[in-house]
Amino acid sequence: MSSAHTKTEHGHADHNYLNHGSGIWSWMTTLDHKRIGLMYFATVATLFLIGGFFALGIRLHLAKFGAEPLLDPDTYNKFMTFHGAIMVFMVIIPGIPAFLGNFVLPIQLGAKDVAFPRLNLASYYIFIAGAAIAASSMIFNQVDTGWTFYTPYSTAKTSNGVILLVLGAFTMGFSSILTGLNFIVTTHKLRAPGMTMDRIPLMIWALYSTSIIQILATPILAITLLLIGAEKTLGVGIFDPDLGGDPVLFQHFFWFYSHPAVYIMILPAMGVISELITAFSKKTIFGYRAIAYSSVAIAAVSFLVWGHHMFVSGQSTIAGIVFSIITMFVGVPTAIKLFNWISTMYRGTVTFEAPMLFALGFMFLFTIGGLTGVFLASTGMDVHFHDTYFVVAHFHYVMVGGTLMALMGGILYWFPKMFGRMTSDLGGRISWVLIFTGFNVTFFPQFVLGAMGMPRRYFDYLPEYTNLNQISTVGSWLIGLGFLVGLITIIHGIFKGEKATDNPWGAKTLEWQTSSPPPHENFINTPTVTAGPYDFR
Amino acid sequence: MTSVSSSSEFQHQHHFKSAEHQYASSKQGIWLFLCTEILMFGGLFVGYLIYHSLYPTVFKNGSETLDWKMGAVNTVVLLVSSFTMAAAINYVQRGLHKIAAIMLALTIACAGAFMVIKYFEYSHKFHVGTVPGKFSLVDPTCGAGGKRAECESKISALLKNPVELEKNHVSAEEVTRLKAVISQPKWEMFYGFYFVMTGLHGIHVVAGALLIFWIFIKTLRRKVGPEYYTPVEGVGLFWHVVDLVWIYLFPLLYLVG
Repeated sequence: MSSAHTKTEHGHADHNYLNHGSGIWSWMTTLDHKRIGLMYFATVATLFLIGGFFALGIRLHLAKFGAEPLLDPDTYNKFMTFHGAIMVFMVIIPGIPAFLGNFVLPIQLGAKDVAFPRLNLASYYIFIAGAAIAASSMIFNQVDTGWTFYTPYSTAKTSNGVILLVLGAFTMGFSSILTGLNFIVTTHKLRAPGMTMDRIPLMIWALYSTSIIQILATPILAITLLLIGAEKTLGVGIFDPDLGGDPVLFQHFFWFYSHPAVYIMILPAMGVISELITAFSKKTIFGYRAIAYSSVAIAAVSFLVWGHHMFVSGQSTIAGIVFSIITMFVGVPTAIKLFNWISTMYRGTVTFEAPMLFALGFMFLFTIGGLTGVFLASTGMDVHFHDTYFVVAHFHYVMVGGTLMALMGGILYWFPKMFGRMTSDLGGRISWVLIFTGFNVTFFPQFVLGAMGMPRRYFDYLPEYTNLNQISTVGSWLIGLGFLVGLITIIHGIFKGEKATDNPWGAKTLEWQTSSPPPHENFINTPTVTAGPYDFR
Repeated sequence: MTSVSSSSEFQHQHHFKSAEHQYASSKQGIWLFLCTEILMFGGLFVGYLIYHSLYPTVFKNGSETLDWKMGAVNTVVLLVSSFTMAAAINYVQRGLHKIAAIMLALTIACAGAFMVIKYFEYSHKFHVGTVPGKFSLVDPTCGAGGKRAECESKISALLKNPVELEKNHVSAEEVTRLKAVISQPKWEMFYGFYFVMTGLHGIHVVAGALLIFWIFIKTLRRKVGPEYYTPVEGVGLFWHVVDLVWIYLFPLLYLVG
């Protein structure tokens, strides 16, 4: 930002938010959004390792290397459920907003903190409580429903562990709502002088749109999960056909949240990518308003497309056609973003540091995921692909290839600001090569498997599918290795990385105008903003 | 609304420009949270609408077994409590701590009265067997696999036993109503909605009462006053939403047959 007169005085450079208080207690009770962000980081990373363990277990089982199957069918279903539930509710949904968003949003706005710091800390502990309740179902009463808890299986047939998992997800939803609420009020009320809504960085537009979805969609999930709990404990029958209820109503309720939730996962990722692309192209972003408003457009359309999860559930043909058409609308704002990023790179001074590689990886993988999404949005093709590995490959390309790529890129990009040190660029690049290659090796064969008709969620398959499944499993090890290298790079960076300057990437947004790491209240003097967020030339 | 003065002893939080700024932000946050509350109950209202249209007779018969007089009294109780809450906010804003505390205590008393009336309603339902799903059967293990029609329900067991009818204050008129209820298949559906909707609302009443108690203590200790009353107003708004939800629940469940 051209006018930020926020130059840090050197006397203050050694006093920052990391050493503002010391001891574990000062972290546990901190109201500083930056520290809360890092606490989310540690938590989400741990949960990611657990979710990844289940993923590798599933893949190893499906490779059928030995004569004996690795998992028995029951355990396989439980692995699948915990992989899905952990990755969706505890990693990808909170990953970028709660961790990167918490760290970056107030600094990018030029604010001292989020609007409700105490609520922010409470959201973190509510999240921990939710994760603990959900995780306790791993010990006491394992769940085998899949992360979607489809009725009537989840309410009438399977174990009571569902109650724990559902209650955990409900609690984490609470945390999600409170974080979203906090971000919206912060964006409305705490912008620095001169920071008008058309000068806020695109990351914030993305987080703002995400927060709207969090506030409007999560309550529906809350009531749906409560009804599952009520169904299991009281037998109220709303979703139970035995009692006159309708399981398809559950699917409507569930996807009314869970489809918008897909955009809770991907919109912040798109925000991260917007930041990375301009910073590493050294060029003013092309089409600021188009990118900003397309985030809001995606948020708006996200509420009207849930029915595409139910093309084969017996809903009417008209409903199917309408949902199909509206679903394809999502492609429009998404493509607007993609073309704007490409136009930004065009004739820019593009450099390929590790974060930029992750951004490019995002664009490549997300495009494949998005285009195959159009296949699935067409009712005719969806009937063929429904519940096959094609769907599995599609949503992994979108959610993992999209969100996790952006998450890794974002961590490496903001790392100097978080810890005042640089990560090894080589380490980041090796991690990228492994994740990117491994990702394609894992999931591309699954498109083929799906087209060949291999159903998803199954414990076993026909011999024709063996080779592709084995390739896929080898790919999953590459991904695992890539994240391991990434983790080592990050840990090495925290302790041994070379000292970072205030603005190592030469970026223009406000967070780079303060010291690395920032002082407790982000800026020594509140910045005044006089121009847009990406004025490179 | 009286304006907030920042000149008094109240210190706004460090990241806000002024007390007004903090007040406006907090208010926005509370309203956003209340939107999520409304949406959560919205899910139940959608479900109610769908099943009411699927099983109109079940809902009509079920509705007639509810005691509309108790529901009406509860509506009045909550409306009064909304008034006392609003008055409490007004008194806090004017610095009249004593009368504000009395108003808050009255609001809590109304919440208590509401729950006591609810307790009588619920316990009568438990006794006569107009309860959701699995608890409506004499043998709860019976009825798996959709063969519930072959199981005996608590109501029909009760109807056979004049001594029990007498003991549980079941009038002849109520007997006809109960008979009408079990004459329809899937009759438990209505009570599923009744208990989930009023139960979730009841939890909100209790939560609201606890929040009001927190405000009550704050008022007694003079932590709130003309210069700072955000928590009082926030809890007040929450309480009004709890009231509002009941205003919709009462006619839907008790009156619209």
